[in-house]
Amino acid sequence: MSGKKLLEVKDLYTYYQTRLGEKIKAVNGVSFELKEGEILGIAGESGCGKSTLGISISGLFPPPLKYGKGSVKLGDVELTNINHSKLRKEILGKKISFIPQSAMNALNPTLKVKRFIVDLVKEHEPNLSEDEIIKRAAERFESLSLPKRVLDAYALELSGGMKQRTIVVISTMMNPEVVIADEPTSALDVSSQKIVIKLIRQLFEEKIIKSVIFITHDLPILRHIATKIAVMYAGEFVEVGTMEQVIFDPVHPYSNALMNSIIVPEKGIKGKKLPSIPGAPPDPRLEIQGCRFADRCPLADDECRKAPIEMREAKGRLVRCIKV
Amino acid sequence: MDKKILLKVRNLTRVFGSKKKRVVAVKNVSFDIYENEIISIVGESGSGKTTTARMMLNLLKPTEGTIEIEGEDISNFRGKKKREYWRKVQGIFQDPFASFNQFFTVRKVLDDSFKLFDVQPSKEEKDKRIRKVLEYVNMRYEEVAEKYPFELSGGQRQRIMIARIFLIEPKLLIADEPTSMIDAVLRSSILELLLSLREREKSSIVFITHDLGLAYYVSDRILIMHNGELVEQGSADDIITNPQHPYTKKLIQDVPTLHQEWAL
Ligand SMILES: Nc1ncnc2c1ncn2[C@@H]1O[C@H](COP(=O)(O)OP(=O)(O)OP(=O)(O)O)[C@@H](O)[C@H]1O
Ligand SMILES: Nc1ncnc2c1ncn2[C@@H]1O[C@H](COP(=O)(O)OP(=O)(O)OP(=O)(O)O)[C@@H](O)[C@H]1O
Ligand SMILES: [Mg+2]
Ligand SMILES: [Mg+2]
Repeated sequence: MSGKKLLEVKDLYTYYQTRLGEKIKAVNGVSFELKEGEILGIAGESGCGKSTLGISISGLFPPPLKYGKGSVKLGDVELTNINHSKLRKEILGKKISFIPQSAMNALNPTLKVKRFIVDLVKEHEPNLSEDEIIKRAAERFESLSLPKRVLDAYALELSGGMKQRTIVVISTMMNPEVVIADEPTSALDVSSQKIVIKLIRQLFEEKIIKSVIFITHDLPILRHIATKIAVMYAGEFVEVGTMEQVIFDPVHPYSNALMNSIIVPEKGIKGKKLPSIPGAPPDPRLEIQGCRFADRCPLADDECRKAPIEMREAKGRLVRCIKV
Repeated sequence: MDKKILLKVRNLTRVFGSKKKRVVAVKNVSFDIYENEIISIVGESGSGKTTTARMMLNLLKPTEGTIEIEGEDISNFRGKKKREYWRKVQGIFQDPFASFNQFFTVRKVLDDSFKLFDVQPSKEEKDKRIRKVLEYVNMRYEEVAEKYPFELSGGQRQRIMIARIFLIEPKLLIADEPTSMIDAVLRSSILELLLSLREREKSSIVFITHDLGLAYYVSDRILIMHNGELVEQGSADDIITNPQHPYTKKLIQDVPTLHQEWAL
C-alpha cells in the first residue's frame, strides 16, 4: 500500500525562545515520511515535543516557537520558509490541517459555532454560500452524533467532548490532504471515540483526506487506527515501525515501558503492579551528549553517554538505541 | 459495614437555559461517597459529569437537590465556611487550558493554594513543599516555576493541577479527566501517588473519566451516567465484568483493547 509521498520531514529542529531568555529545545532532529494512505501515530512522554512537532510541521511558527534547521516538504512546497500569507491562504486548512490539543479552547467563546465555521470556510472559499457551508457542516455533525443545536450554541455551552468533536468537523471541512490531529479523542467517552475514529476512517476511505498524523497517549486507539507508530522521547523519535511492531514487540527501552503501562479493563488488571521509570527526562534547555534516555534506562552504560545515538535498523524497524 | 458517609448527594438536578435552549444537564442524581473510598463516574460525552462535579465542588448551584458534607448542607456555606469546604474538597479540572489564570506563573498558582490553610507555613517551608510536589509529577522547579500555563505542554498543565492537590491534601478529591493528556508510564506513577493520598490522609477520590481501564484499576465502585441520569452503580468488578444496564453494556463493548478487533 505504498502510495504517493505527501509529506517529508528531514532532520527538523525547532525551539522556543522564551521571554526569560532561554532556549527550550523541543524538537531535536526528527525525520520521517508520510505517504498517501498512511496513518502515523505519535506517542511519547508528556512534554517530549509532540505538539510542538505538530505545529512545526504545519509551517506556522507562532512566537516564541522558532525554526532551527531541517526541512518540511509538502509535495514540492517547503513549509519552513514559506511566506505566511501564502501559507494561510493556500496551504493551511486546504492541504494540511492541524487540530490543536487545546482544541477545546480554540473556539471563540463569544461566537456561535455556526458563525465560526462559516467565517473559516469563507476565508478559503469565498464563493461558497453560507447555506452550502452550513449544510456541509450539518452533515459532518450528524456523522459524529453531535446534536444540531451545537451549531447554534456558544462554545461555553458545550461539554468537553462536544467541543472536541466540533473542532474535528471544523478542521476537516476543507478536505485537507494531511490532517495532523493532536489528542483529538482525549475528552471523549469510548463510544464517541469510536465515532470520531470512524469518521476519520471514512473520510480517509473516501479519499477526502489522504493521510493522518495522530498524536495521542491513548495506545489502544493507535492499535486500531495507525498504520505506523513513532515513539518520541525528549524531542527525538526513538522508535519508528509498523503498528504491530511497536505495540506488540517494542524494542527501545522507553517504548517497552510505555507499552507495558497500558491498562485495559480486563480481568486481572486490578492489583497488577504497573511499571514506572524513575527520574525525569533531561532538561530541554541543556545540550545533551549521548542517549537522552540513558539516565533512566535499565540497559544504559558508559558507552551510551559518549556520543549522540543515531537511528539504526533493528528487527525491521528504526530504533535509537545501541543496546538492543 | 460501618463506613462513614463523607458526601451525600440527593436528587441533584441542574437545568441550563430556557425555552428552546433548555438543557437538563443533570437529572435527579443521588449517590454517596464514603470516607476513604475511590469511585469513578463514567459516562457519555455530555451526560452531565462535569456539571455534577462543579456542583459537588460548590462552584455551581443545583437547580434542585442537596449536597451534604458530613451531614451539613453545603448550599449555605459562605466566607470562612466556604474556604473550609475547599480545604476539604478540591478538584482537578477537565480542561487544563482553562483551569488557571493565564497570567499567573506556575509558582504563583502553587503558592496560592496555601491560602486555604489556617496556619501559613514559612516561605522556606512553602518553597520546599512546592519543589517536592513538582518532583512528584516529574517536573523540575527551576524549569517551570516562572512559566505561564500557555508555556507548558498539555500534560504539564495537568500535572501542575495534580501537584497542587498534593500540597492541599484534601479530604475529597474530584478529578475530572485528570490524566487524559499524560503518557501511560507517568500516569501509573501519578495514580500510585494519588492512591497513597488515600492511605495517608484517608482521603476519598472521585475520578471522572472515560478511561474504563483506569476506572477499573483504581476504583472501589463505579457510577455510570447517561443523559444526565445515573443509570447504574456497583462495585468495579461487577460493573466491568457483569454490567446490567444496556448503556453500560454498550460502553464496555466499545472499549478498544489490544487483542481484539474494534468493531468500527
Ligand atoms: N510557549 C512555550 N514557551 C516555552 N516552552 C514551551 C512552550 N510551549 C511548550 N513548551 C515546552 O516545550 C516542550 C515540549 O512541549 P510540547 O507541548 O510539544 O509537549 P507534548 O509532547 O505535546 O506534551 P503533552 O503530551 O504533555 O501534550 C515542553 O518542555 C514544554 O514545556
Ligand atoms: N454553561 C452551560 N450552559 C448551557 N449548557 C451547558 C453549560 N454547561 C454544560 N451544558 C450542557 O449540559 C450538558 C452536560 O454537560 P457536561 O459538561 O456536564 O457533560 P460531561 O458529561 O462532562 O461531558 P464530557 O465528557 O464531554 O466532558 C451538555 O449538553 C452541555 O451542552
Ligand atoms: Mg501536547
Ligand atoms: Mg466534562
